[in-house]
Amino acid sequence: MSVFSPANPAALYAENNPEAVAKYWDQSEHHPEEGASTPLGFWVYLMSDCLMFAVLFAVYGVLGTSYAAGPGPKALFDLNLVAINTAMLLFSSITFGFAMLAMYAGQKGKTLGWLFVTLLFGLAFLGIELYEFYHLIQEGAGPGRSAFLSSFFVLVGTHGLHVTFGSIWLITLMVQLAQKGITVANIRRMNCLSMFWHFLDVIWIGVFTFVYLLGMI
Amino acid sequence: MGAHHDTHDHGHSAGSHDHGSHASYIKGFILSVILTALPFGLVMAGGFENRLLTVALIVGFAVVQILIHMVYFLHMTAKHEEGWTLMSTLFTLIVVVIMLAGSIWVMYHMNTNMMPKMNHEALQGFGS
Repeated sequence: MSVFSPANPAALYAENNPEAVAKYWDQSEHHPEEGASTPLGFWVYLMSDCLMFAVLFAVYGVLGTSYAAGPGPKALFDLNLVAINTAMLLFSSITFGFAMLAMYAGQKGKTLGWLFVTLLFGLAFLGIELYEFYHLIQEGAGPGRSAFLSSFFVLVGTHGLHVTFGSIWLITLMVQLAQKGITVANIRRMNCLSMFWHFLDVIWIGVFTFVYLLGMI
Repeated sequence: MGAHHDTHDHGHSAGSHDHGSHASYIKGFILSVILTALPFGLVMAGGFENRLLTVALIVGFAVVQILIHMVYFLHMTAKHEEGWTLMSTLFTLIVVVIMLAGSIWVMYHMNTNMMPKMNHEALQGFGS
């Protein structure tokens, strides 16, 4: 609160003194830097996204053992493939971290290089996941086979869709960085994408633990 | 290093000062690799005799790894955005726990109390 704080704000309105009113409500001073609230706002979005994933996890938790006399996790999942996929996502997390560090160091070329490596890991992850889905469907274990497979495809597929959109965002940002350089706006965007990307890795920890590992015990 | 401080001062919004270093990212990465390899190795080796112990260990590894990611990759601290990041995360966590535990608990009891034991052999041919 500024020094200027009379006891009764109504008196200021009565005086018809907009400047004083604005000052009273602290409107004119300490204007937050433009975009200063973006990281927090984006974090709140990620938390809402987290709730959506929690619902899908809960659905999987409830339906995950309803095989409808069809194949279960042990007959379907290949842990080696999941391990490679997990490694892809983990590598992409650290390379994105290096991209952020290069950006803060003002090195545009290095930033773009690390982003490109991140993109390759992200696409490798998607490729392996699509390969897995394709094989499951080929074996007759598509989303329509049982409640277990429906909830599996929805949960893992939603995560895959997030990675897909993250990759599109990554490409867009690479173009922006290449054209406009490391500007204030681009740093803000990179910050948001960084949170998004690391958040997806955190969700993946839940997926490989609760869906794949616990399903294979 | 001068360029670093330059971009930091102009381009970074208030409240998020910490964006890690190569050392902290590598540290987080190595810890994550260990915490991923252990549960995978455990399950691939067949797990312990005691199934519950295996489950508890695997979930424990996941929880620790999520915390590692939060600290080393997402740079969460109690002071970040005047604590609002942490507050919103804790709120989400509480809702998630209630939702997950509640759904599984309620639906488990629904299943055991409401449904007669399904006989899949007898159901073959119905509705499919």
